[in-house]
Amino acid sequence: MTPNQLMFAIFSAVIIIFSILTVTSRRILRAATYLLFVLVATGGMYFLLRFNFLAAIQLTLYAGGIVVLIIFSILLTSHIGDKLEQPDLKKIIPAFLAAAAGMVITVFTILKHNFPQEVAAGTDRTDIRVIAKSLISTEKFGYALPFEVISILLLAAMVGAIILAKKRND
Amino acid sequence: MIDFSYTVWILIIPLLMFVVVGLFGNRFKPIVSGLAGTCGLFVMWILSLVTAYKYFFVLEKAADGSFQKFLAFNMRWLNLTDTLHIDMGVLLDPISIMMLIVITTVSFMVHVYSIGYMDGEKGFMRFFATLSLFSFSMLGLVVATNIFQMYIFWELVGVSSYLLIGFYYTKDSAVSASKKAFIVTRFADLGFLIGILMLSFSTKTFDFLTLTGANSPAFSSGTGIAFLGLSTMTWSMIFIFMGGAGKSAMFPLHIWLPDAMEGPTPVSALIHAATMVVAGVYLVARLFPIYVFAAPVALDVVMYVGAFSSIFAAVIACTQFDIKRVLAYSTMSQIGMMMFALGVSGYGSHEGLGYMASMFHLFTHAFFKSLLFLGAGAIIHAVHSNVMNEMGGLRKYLPITHITFLIACLAIAGVPPLAGFFSKDEILAAGHERSLMLYWVEMIVSGLTAFYMFRLYFSVFWGHDRHYHHTPHEGSKTMTIPLLLLSIGALFAGLIPFSMFVSSDRMPFHSELELGIAIPAVLVGLLGIVIAMVFYRKETDLPDKIYNALGGFSKAAFHKFYIDEVYLFITKKIIFNYVSRPIAWFDRHIVDGSMNGMAYVTNEVSDRMKRFQSGQLQQYALVFVSGVVLLTLLFTYLLTN
Amino acid sequence: MFEGVPLTWFLITGTIMFFVGIYGFLVRKNLITILMSTELILNSVNINFVAFNKILYPDHLEGMFFSLFIIAVAAAEASVAIAIIINIYRRLVNIDVEKMDEMKY
Repeated sequence: MTPNQLMFAIFSAVIIIFSILTVTSRRILRAATYLLFVLVATGGMYFLLRFNFLAAIQLTLYAGGIVVLIIFSILLTSHIGDKLEQPDLKKIIPAFLAAAAGMVITVFTILKHNFPQEVAAGTDRTDIRVIAKSLISTEKFGYALPFEVISILLLAAMVGAIILAKKRND
Repeated sequence: MIDFSYTVWILIIPLLMFVVVGLFGNRFKPIVSGLAGTCGLFVMWILSLVTAYKYFFVLEKAADGSFQKFLAFNMRWLNLTDTLHIDMGVLLDPISIMMLIVITTVSFMVHVYSIGYMDGEKGFMRFFATLSLFSFSMLGLVVATNIFQMYIFWELVGVSSYLLIGFYYTKDSAVSASKKAFIVTRFADLGFLIGILMLSFSTKTFDFLTLTGANSPAFSSGTGIAFLGLSTMTWSMIFIFMGGAGKSAMFPLHIWLPDAMEGPTPVSALIHAATMVVAGVYLVARLFPIYVFAAPVALDVVMYVGAFSSIFAAVIACTQFDIKRVLAYSTMSQIGMMMFALGVSGYGSHEGLGYMASMFHLFTHAFFKSLLFLGAGAIIHAVHSNVMNEMGGLRKYLPITHITFLIACLAIAGVPPLAGFFSKDEILAAGHERSLMLYWVEMIVSGLTAFYMFRLYFSVFWGHDRHYHHTPHEGSKTMTIPLLLLSIGALFAGLIPFSMFVSSDRMPFHSELELGIAIPAVLVGLLGIVIAMVFYRKETDLPDKIYNALGGFSKAAFHKFYIDEVYLFITKKIIFNYVSRPIAWFDRHIVDGSMNGMAYVTNEVSDRMKRFQSGQLQQYALVFVSGVVLLTLLFTYLLTN
Repeated sequence: MFEGVPLTWFLITGTIMFFVGIYGFLVRKNLITILMSTELILNSVNINFVAFNKILYPDHLEGMFFSLFIIAVAAAEASVAIAIIINIYRRLVNIDVEKMDEMKY
């Protein structure tokens, strides 16, 4: 087992275990913490794949931003000591069946498909300069338009969030 | 060629009056709308007179010496096909100009009279607005350039008549009378419409100039035997006559006319005596060449219907006690005579004597009949009653009405040299040439006419006083002046050499007074007057004795020969029970049932289905995910080969 | 194969994460936990994108950029969702998804 394989196994195990815990834990704050672990492990996966910039984003934005936001909202809406009630079996069984069936089909399809065994030849282009240039480039493989669109989306989301969460005067 | 296009203003003025008075009349005092309407009518009257003068005396005649027939104004209104189109315009020929004069004169008089008669009534403004609408539609009818324009205005006339009969809309009898008039004439107009469609189908035109011209397509097409041994053209002309019979209250479509007397009396004078009811006569006269050359059988129908209606109505008129109803039946009888005269007429100068006589009688009748109605209005105004028995000795209280009424009675009775004498004489002369039997029928009618008119006259103005609520008195000046003016018409209208102006081929000719016919007619008229004088000059029990002696016949006549009851029987008992009820049942149970069934099924199904719409987000998501999984399974594994 | 780790491993990890997220979305009652499940789903997709990019097309950056944008969208989504949740909480005093069925038939 190469170190890479080991690292992958660890990250993968963390991801799977903690995502299951995230959706089953009956203490909501703990569920949030497990989610944090999952996200961090995903970030580790990016590091493993040498996407350093993306991994950094993952850690700062997801782990640092969204999870904190979620925790704040949990603190605002729930009592820490409370346990979430167990969902009914009537709900669990169909959901489990649907999810399991989907998973089986997908995994089966993945395994059946012949992916190339070797990494395709090519230069590693994960340099931050390359990323930056691509993001604002209008050439082929340039992402100026999505970049601008996403900036507008973020602005709109910001405005929307403020409007929505604002206390009404009525 | 003189420009006659200004005649379109004769139509536009009353329309404007209607709109202006109808919309803005409320803002002013009621008298303003009355004066406005009257002034409008005055202008139209002058225009008509000028037109008549220019047409008959200034305009040069056509090459063969006849009066021209031309479009003074024309506007294409609706294009149906390249050849078939509906126009709006003004057609001038002797009869349309004569009608212009009759309508504007009587309408003007009635307007003036109404200012006094309707004074203080609720809806004074509405009255004048509708009167303007009526004038507009009636004038549009007579100057129609094509049969469809005529039909449109024909219906408008019906509407305004409906509105005016139902003027006192809080009175049940007025409401039902207006509905009756509308439905009966509407039913007749159905025949008119069918006739128009058949006629235009075979001739491919609506235009009067083409239809009645020398080379009319009506003479050549549709002449083959079509149904029951009659040609298409004959059937279409009979149907068109059905419309005319409805409007002109010919038997058996006359039942609305007596009831129409529920309207205000000036309306009766204008619409139900002088103008609208003669529209049927005018219609037949307008299409006269087709009747003569292409549909002689239809013309015979006109003749028999006219003759029968005239005697039928005259008999009923002798038994009625409501003065307006007597006049209504008298109108029906006189119009029957006009129809009869048209029916016996041929085409050409002397063969067309009946045509001329009919138009002449229409002209003179308009004067003395509207005079009679306005006089009756004055009487009703004075004693507040319609019933003859409640009147008597009124000559002392109403001198002007008395004199003018007497003139009108003499005129309608055919006493020379008053208006009715000349026209009636021409009718009888025309009838004599055609059919001796019908000639005697008409002779009896004129005797009866004299009798019932003087029965009315003597019972109202002579005899002894009744107990009146207050002393009867003449109406205001606006009421008496029209009476005097119209009595001038009743006195002298007959002296007009009518045959010089109006004839079937528009060629002037001289018609002589035939003493062999005039003398018996006058004698018969005088006999009627004398009998009436004996019976009603003083109170006697003679009329009752005769009434009882005739037994069932007089009773039947008093009940108008039960025609209304027959109609009621047919509609209520037969049509309602055997046609309407099954249709109603079918509508309620089959048509509505299937609709309700569909609604029920839809309702039930959606009631069941709405449970899917649970509002549970996760349920939706579950369905969605299962669906995606299923579709993936289907399209990646199960459905691929 | 990326330095000894086959592509399928990444994909299977992503798949499991994805369906765990789906399961969580379907059974959890609390709106915030549902939101967390959504984050799981988004993340699993990111792993797939990144792995495809690195292993199949190493000289391109599409997968990475897609992930980047997905993260941005997720951030926006989370902020709006939390605003909505707080708003709902303010009105209903709980955030149980089963109680929110005002819009049913």
